[in-house]
Amino acid sequence: MCLGVPGQIVGVDGDVAQVDFWGVRRAVRLDVVDEPVAPGDWVLNHVGFAIHRIPPEEVAATLALYDEILRAAEDDAMRADLCDEIEASSRKPDAD
Amino acid sequence: MLTELPTTRGASLQFRDPARARALLAAIERLTADRAGGAPLSIMHVCGSHEQAIARFGLRAVLPPTLQVIMGPGCPVCVTDAPEVDEAVALAEAGLRVASYGDMLRVPGSGRSLDDARADGARVEVVYGVAEALTAAQAAPDEPLVFFASGFETTAVATAAVLLRKPPPNFLVLSAHKYIPPVMEIVAEMPHTRVEGFLAAGHAAAITGYGVFEPFVARHRIPVVVGGFEPLDLLAGFAKLAELARDGEARVVNAFPRLVSRDGNRRAQQQLWRVFEPVGGQWRGIARVPNGNLRLRPEFAGHDARRRFAALLAAAPPARLAPRSDECRCGDILSGSASPRDCALFGAPCTPAQPVGACMVSSEGTCRIWHEYGGIPRLEIHEAPS
Ligand code: SF4
Repeated sequence: MCLGVPGQIVGVDGDVAQVDFWGVRRAVRLDVVDEPVAPGDWVLNHVGFAIHRIPPEEVAATLALYDEILRAAEDDAMRADLCDEIEASSRKPDAD
Repeated sequence: MLTELPTTRGASLQFRDPARARALLAAIERLTADRAGGAPLSIMHVCGSHEQAIARFGLRAVLPPTLQVIMGPGCPVCVTDAPEVDEAVALAEAGLRVASYGDMLRVPGSGRSLDDARADGARVEVVYGVAEALTAAQAAPDEPLVFFASGFETTAVATAAVLLRKPPPNFLVLSAHKYIPPVMEIVAEMPHTRVEGFLAAGHAAAITGYGVFEPFVARHRIPVVVGGFEPLDLLAGFAKLAELARDGEARVVNAFPRLVSRDGNRRAQQQLWRVFEPVGGQWRGIARVPNGNLRLRPEFAGHDARRRFAALLAAAPPARLAPRSDECRCGDILSGSASPRDCALFGAPCTPAQPVGACMVSSEGTCRIWHEYGGIPRLEIHEAPS
């Protein structure tokens, strides 16, 4: 799916970032992200890759949709896809 | 499935800003008013996530009858052609490890699906993405692992990034990646499809930039608006398209400046086109699309399952046709000339548990989404609780 999922960077190690998704920590690859990123930045991620640094002033508006979807019931299809997007990033805390 | 995330069942759907939603709906009504009595303005989007959001938030129920929003070929799993699935099945049945997204396992080939092969003992694994497939290959370096890769350009970028970082030789890609801009040209010219404006997917455009649609608009004189996924973003996209259509203005408008620029993500594009080249290929149920398929360039032949196992694929027995597949309207739905309601099999016997066609398999397929969210769910505009 092409919805992607936003997350906040908590640490960067080379081409891998630790990203927080609503309290869930995952490792995301930075190979294709469009701008240099640092802890505190928000990025849009797709299948385990950060694809776009979200400008700080756009974070709140971007998160609104996701907050809404994550409030839905567990069997909601969009929520399930969103969780799959988070699952697509590595569980390993320091994936290479 | 993650269980750590919070859930509340039955929360009522709300617009973030009900006043703005009402204003946008009024604008859409006004801009399409002169069509009352005639055919409604027909807008196509090309993204499963757009359809999910439209159906989930019940947007069709609040749109005026003078605007019709249809989903085109926006589901990568659905447009994966049966012979492409047959290739993956043939490799799995020959004893190779094959990994792919869950939905890709269930999508029927001309005879069998990867799930069928798995039931018969083939080694087929579900992964969430290319990185996980790579990890699986690294864990067993002595045998090939074939990643059956689907997805549009947004997803192909990830496959490209992995291939550029020297994966081990046992990591192979069977590419079913597809490229959206060329299929818009095909659909725009289909005799039974009426498209007066395209809503392009915001996150794909975050990669390609909205400039990628300019040649299309110049050739076809159909406006393209890049839109986001939130209900308000969608309404804003529809309103802009209604305005462009009323004024007869064919141009590209970026209604999602939050995340999309004209040039997009150059770094991702460079990696995408270093690894892939566009070639013509069949999209399931639609047509042969010139430049619609993304194939690995010759430099990556060592990781190209199609080249590495060419002899094996050529020797695979021809597939049989699946039962009832001739009644499935998936192809018409993907090309925008039918909706799931035009299919006699929708809901019975075709369901997500027993899908007849690919559009009921994938979470991005129109039939699956409509089944999930009850066709055209109703939604009143709620005031946000204070
Ligand atoms: S409901 Fe099933 S059979 Fe009908 S078009 Fe959709 S996928 Fe095909």
